[in-house]
Amino acid sequence: MAGSIDHEIPLSATDDLQSLPVLGKLHEWVVTVDHKRLGIMYIAGGLVFFLVAGLQAATIRLQLAFPDGNIVSPQVFNRLMTVHGTAMVFLVGMPILTGFFNYLVPLMVGARDLAFPRLNAFGFWLWLFGSLLLYFSYIAGDGLYGAGSAPDVGWFAYAPLTELPFSRGNSTDYWILSILLTSVGTTATAINLIATAFCMRCEGMTLNKMPVLVWLAIVVAFMMIVALPPLSAAQAMLLADRFLGAHFFDTQAGGSAILWQHFFWIFGHPEVYILVIPAFAFASEIIPVFSRKVIFGYSVMVAASAAIAFVSLSVWAHHMFSVGMTPAGNAFFAASSMVVGVPTGIKIFNWLGTMWGGKLRFRVPMLFCLAFLFQFLIAGLTGIMLAVAPFDWQVTDTYFVVAHFHYVLVGAIIFMDFAAIYYWFPKATGRMLSETLGKWHFWLFLIGFHLTFDTMHFAGLRGMPRRIYTYQPGRGLETLNFVESIGALMQGVAVLILVINVIRSLRSGEAAGNDPWDAWTLEWSTSSPPPEYNFAEPPVVRSRRPLWDLKHPEDPDWKYE
Amino acid sequence: MAAAPTTAPGIPWSETLPRRGHLGILALILTESVFFSIFVVAYIFYLGKSLTGPFPRDVLSLPIINTICLLSSSITIVVAIRALRSGSIRNFAIWWAVTFALGFEFMIGTALEWHRLIYHEGLTIRTNLFGTTYYSLVGLHALHVTVGLLLILLVLILTMCGYMNDRHVERTDVLSWYWHFVDAVWVVVFITVYLIGR
Repeated sequence: MAGSIDHEIPLSATDDLQSLPVLGKLHEWVVTVDHKRLGIMYIAGGLVFFLVAGLQAATIRLQLAFPDGNIVSPQVFNRLMTVHGTAMVFLVGMPILTGFFNYLVPLMVGARDLAFPRLNAFGFWLWLFGSLLLYFSYIAGDGLYGAGSAPDVGWFAYAPLTELPFSRGNSTDYWILSILLTSVGTTATAINLIATAFCMRCEGMTLNKMPVLVWLAIVVAFMMIVALPPLSAAQAMLLADRFLGAHFFDTQAGGSAILWQHFFWIFGHPEVYILVIPAFAFASEIIPVFSRKVIFGYSVMVAASAAIAFVSLSVWAHHMFSVGMTPAGNAFFAASSMVVGVPTGIKIFNWLGTMWGGKLRFRVPMLFCLAFLFQFLIAGLTGIMLAVAPFDWQVTDTYFVVAHFHYVLVGAIIFMDFAAIYYWFPKATGRMLSETLGKWHFWLFLIGFHLTFDTMHFAGLRGMPRRIYTYQPGRGLETLNFVESIGALMQGVAVLILVINVIRSLRSGEAAGNDPWDAWTLEWSTSSPPPEYNFAEPPVVRSRRPLWDLKHPEDPDWKYE
Repeated sequence: MAAAPTTAPGIPWSETLPRRGHLGILALILTESVFFSIFVVAYIFYLGKSLTGPFPRDVLSLPIINTICLLSSSITIVVAIRALRSGSIRNFAIWWAVTFALGFEFMIGTALEWHRLIYHEGLTIRTNLFGTTYYSLVGLHALHVTVGLLLILLVLILTMCGYMNDRHVERTDVLSWYWHFVDAVWVVVFITVYLIGR
């Protein structure tokens, strides 16, 4: 297919490329504006950074496995935890979700591509080079000062500690520029997703007939559009401080020491929901298919997600209870944080309602979904605990907080990313992933996850501070930390099994066919992998489950909706 | 997937959906509004917190002519697009050029104001919190005006070369929405910096 296109281009450069098939392939991927290829590149890029940042986490766990650990120096440890945190949010969580939305939204609404394909490619390359900049700091962060390589200021980079006098060298500048670039790329994708979902739907697909995933893509895109600019603006201010001598966060000139915290968390808390709502979206597509039932409470599900998005914009200062706000401020942010629990609870009940009375099929994607439901519930409950300001004062900046947010980021988001990979891999490649290896991956990761992160709650309650590079023996932390490190090792092995599974399937996986899961949304009506134009003729739909209507003409959905 | 009876008879499905250009620019305007609002918040938060002079009431004067020029350019751009819609390329070119001139005058006015502040009043971005917040907020807006002017100039050049016709109404319309947004931001900046801040 691609070869015939190349022949029509009378450029000598292209002819040269043809004589080298690898370069030709590479060239095809570099110049592509196809949403499916860009989606795959986002996900593949995200997974590569997942391995790198995961290795950094493993090094952290190795250092903390025993008291008085001496594997890395305190300086190296600070860089490890900063780059691990930043990378996992911006270089792993964000691209994997934008990748899936890139791939799925046009297919699910029956469109040929996103609304602005070239903008999409622009966003991807911006993200990729922004991401590389973060790791490039390991080489170039020294600047002229010899002041250390990678950023070591924590993933939220509190100013004024990131101001020039306290953070010499260029490592902090790399952190700022890297995240600024990836944010611009993500904003481009968000604009694209909104325009696609509203303007490119196929005939008959009214807003009320869109798959839940597309609705949640709209919600996430709106949150990106509203929540990323505060971070970008604050970073622009910090850059002005560092390079132009401005005084935004300069306390010596009357600037505020907590303004950055407000700006950062106005972004930072919605960011959690930007990352977790895609997990909801995957669950809302996968659970019905493996329960053989329609989703329970479609409109309530969508409304609850929109409510979460809306409320989450006014909860940011629960990250700042310990800076000393007024009692009214504490009360407001505690209450608003707890309000988020209501729509979240509604969603959990709806997923349970979907499974209730269904014919459950315990395939690998469904296993990850079940673990997600359980773990996300626990994460939500510790979240409610942390929303109580006096309790937060006791455990803030301890491993209890670390355990809580890893329960969300790993227990909910990474688990659902895995579920989505197992579920849509056959569509993207035409080959199934091995069920046996998948089950090994699932159980090892599940047990490893609980060994590591359940234990962290107790280490936190016993007073282990976050971001500490070592601890003394005899404080009741040795066993807990050792168990955490064993769990981390198991998770590492599990991820290795996933990598092996992917490589094996790409080489010799079982052919998937168009619709291996007997599913109902439009992406399963085209071939696997889909052709560049997606659908030979534009689809026409009459209900929320167009493929059900097609397979069961005697009992179509549109009679009841 | 048989024929869909969902749309009203006679209207093709694609016409019932919003235009992607309009939705895209609205989304861009929303994200830019949040970006600006953070700078406005910082400006208001730091009002009166400068430890040393010069202070706003000593050095700022109302940029009345600038404001009139920029706001009226929002009217001329609408007139231009109306001319294009009715097929009069010549009228479009005239009003489009007037829009550019008005926007350009705004930038000249801003340049003169900054020159006076820097060389006569000694206020730079490093001087105090007022300088920091003033130059970043007004400069951010001026940056957006500059981008708008470059795009308007591009359209003007294409018009001069004879590439403009009424098929491009929607595209110029999208550009005009951005221009209206830049004007609306100026209203906020004007109120914040020159009315409240003084």
